[in-house]
Amino acid sequence: MSLMTDSPPRESFRLSQLIYDTRYRSLTIQVLTLILVCVGIYWLINNLLANLTQLGLQPDFSFLQSTAGYDIGTTLIPYTSGSTHLQAAYVGIVNTLLVAFLGVILATIIGVLAGIARLSKNWIVSRLMAVYVEGFRNVPLLLWILLIYAVFTEATPQPRDFRVGEDGTAAASMIWDSFAVTNRGFYLPAPVWGANSGILIGLFLASVVVAILYHRYAKKLLFDTGRLLPMVWPMFAIALVPVILAFFGLGRPVSLQYPELSGFNFSGGIQISNPLMALWLALSLYTGAFITEIVRAGILSVSKGQSEAAAALGIRPNRAMNLVILPQAMRVIIPPLTSQYLNLTKNSSLAIAVGYPDIRATLGGITLNQTGRALECMLLLGLFYLALSLIISFGMNVANNSMKLEER
Amino acid sequence: MSDTNAQTVAYVREGMLAQQPPPVAEAGVVKWIRSNLFPTWLNAILTLISIYVVYAILSGIIPWFVSPTWYATSLTECREIFSALGQSTEQACWGVIRDRWRQLLFGFYPSEHYWRPTVALIVLLAGLAPILFGRFPRWFLSFSLASPFIIFFLLWGGSIWLPIAIALGFVIGVAVFRALSGVNQIVAMLGGVVIPIIYWLLFAGRLSNELNGLVPIGLEAITSTQFGGFMLSIVIGVSAIVLSLPLGIMLALGRASDLFIVTKLSVGFIEVIRGVPLIVWLFTASLLLNYFLPPGTNFDLTLRVIIMVTLFSAAYIAEVVRGGLAAVPKGQYEGADSLGMSYWQSMQLIVLPQALKISIPGIVNTFIGLFKDTTLVVFIGLLDPLGLTNAIRASTDWNGIYWELYVFIGLMFFIACFSMGRYSLHLEKKLQREHR
Repeated sequence: MSLMTDSPPRESFRLSQLIYDTRYRSLTIQVLTLILVCVGIYWLINNLLANLTQLGLQPDFSFLQSTAGYDIGTTLIPYTSGSTHLQAAYVGIVNTLLVAFLGVILATIIGVLAGIARLSKNWIVSRLMAVYVEGFRNVPLLLWILLIYAVFTEATPQPRDFRVGEDGTAAASMIWDSFAVTNRGFYLPAPVWGANSGILIGLFLASVVVAILYHRYAKKLLFDTGRLLPMVWPMFAIALVPVILAFFGLGRPVSLQYPELSGFNFSGGIQISNPLMALWLALSLYTGAFITEIVRAGILSVSKGQSEAAAALGIRPNRAMNLVILPQAMRVIIPPLTSQYLNLTKNSSLAIAVGYPDIRATLGGITLNQTGRALECMLLLGLFYLALSLIISFGMNVANNSMKLEER
Repeated sequence: MSDTNAQTVAYVREGMLAQQPPPVAEAGVVKWIRSNLFPTWLNAILTLISIYVVYAILSGIIPWFVSPTWYATSLTECREIFSALGQSTEQACWGVIRDRWRQLLFGFYPSEHYWRPTVALIVLLAGLAPILFGRFPRWFLSFSLASPFIIFFLLWGGSIWLPIAIALGFVIGVAVFRALSGVNQIVAMLGGVVIPIIYWLLFAGRLSNELNGLVPIGLEAITSTQFGGFMLSIVIGVSAIVLSLPLGIMLALGRASDLFIVTKLSVGFIEVIRGVPLIVWLFTASLLLNYFLPPGTNFDLTLRVIIMVTLFSAAYIAEVVRGGLAAVPKGQYEGADSLGMSYWQSMQLIVLPQALKISIPGIVNTFIGLFKDTTLVVFIGLLDPLGLTNAIRASTDWNGIYWELYVFIGLMFFIACFSMGRYSLHLEKKLQREHR
């Protein structure tokens, strides 16, 4: 035993240990890698500086403060052609976020509905969904965007076709007198916020809060006493009835302004430009096809015993779906769903195909071409997308953690 | 007992009756329709709606699709055909496909050389066959190894000695490695990498020039600016796929390794590449890549795009393979270690075969995505099929034609991507080793 306590004879360090001794080898490899990467980066930056000096360009971001001098079709924040390039970039950012946000919502709705329909026992419904999924997944997104855009611009009537001719008929007509589909865009009624509409909004928010409180109370009652209160219709009633009553009580403070044909175009209402509409639909349908498969895989991943057990407990199929299967499927669904959301956001840069003014079109397009600041613009553009991707992954990770199985 | 029966029951059948057919509603087509289309009220409504949707789509598309315009040579001629037949003009004008399909397939590749991409495609398929289906004699694999050089020579043309001189570098590398691996593994590895690089940088060009001077064999050189159409998509897609797989596996191993610096570098690379859209990378390739190279270098745009697309898909492959690596049970790693295997041995023989098998669907999906994404090169001025639609529309004959071209291109992509997906299913089934 006493032999064991003796420390092994301490060898002096030999250079060959750097390669042959596993304790040191990992260090050698890492240092070598680091040196190689640093040399590579040094080489790139050295080339860059040499090239820039040769061209007489120094990295400089002051161009962002100069006047942009170009117009942007779709702007949600104040912008004129006299604004700065920075403001143009902000407009682009807001537009990118807008189409990504709308796309994520619609794609999720399409994906979940189609995913459930794909698993339906109804033969024709599941076949139809299979055709949808395979059709959209196997054809480039760019082609879908161009195709849908071509439908909107080539196959829709011009605004003047809505004019009632001398024979009393028009070549095209509005849907329910409130929606117009033209080759210049979609026109919908716009809400007009009159006096007292603030009260209405406040009331609506308050009743939504009450409805949520009711939901919590009913759940607590269920868990404590086992009494099951009706959930769905009282929540809708609480949220909607006071607002509807107040709407008429206050003398209809909110009204709709319908788009009207004046001259050669529509005026009034909200105009959604064709590029936005085409991009939104194409992105949603394309990503929706991927989400369909994710949802299907998630639901199939819940073992059959779960739904059988639910049936054995006498839970009806709808409730079993909501209470037993979907919560378990969500855990499988959310991680790939995250990457689909990221893909959709990144794919929104395909706006270039239809001329929708997103960040790539303003900062990475017109600004870049006008100022010639390719390096700076691409750097900012890359950083924006990188930051956006990281934020979305972070948010979805939070959602994923809250869905995780709590192992006991 | 039988006595009682005989007294109480008037008649007892002694033989078996033949089986009756099931009720009409419980068998055959009727049963199938009832249980698959109309099991409940809700389902019946869904079925009817679906049938209506199918009818609406087909009744819109089929009359448009069936159109006697295959031999028309311009859009105006199509319209004349329609008016002569007294039909509406809401029909396809297929003459554009007959007129321009060569252009959609080959771009502006000189027409007298169309046989070269065609032969290259055959070489590609033949080279891929032993890798994809694995039922070929082993010597066929050496043909697979040679096929990239053959394809390069066929497509780009020029002297035959250049691809041979480049290929020779690989042969030298392997020979050096074999010769030295008896002496020392690490020296062999270094020698196998460094000596070919020195050879390529210093001798390969001179050698091919010399040989070309002696025996000038070659095809007419064709610059990649003349590449286009599906040929361009396939060139970019296949080269990026082939190059990105090993790179992606290396990145995944780097990310999963214990070495701190290597892990961080891999993570940084993967996340930066994945966080930014491909389109931004493509613009970087076309606008900025020259800034990062020694002043005065200027190389082919197609090559730059291939490099960017390779890096891009390598990052995605790395993530897929990482998932596969994580799914291999820890016991497998430990088992390999306890057998005294080195890191590379354990990865090559134990871990990667299992991890790659798990990642096959993801890898194929990445490839499908990559192939579809090759259409994005239209934005930096390369003439992929979608870029060619603009070129075709610019001619006076076909000004204003959209749908026919899009349908044709979509169909081609669909066939390619759908068969890739089916192949991945087939491979998954073939490699399945668990109990079913």
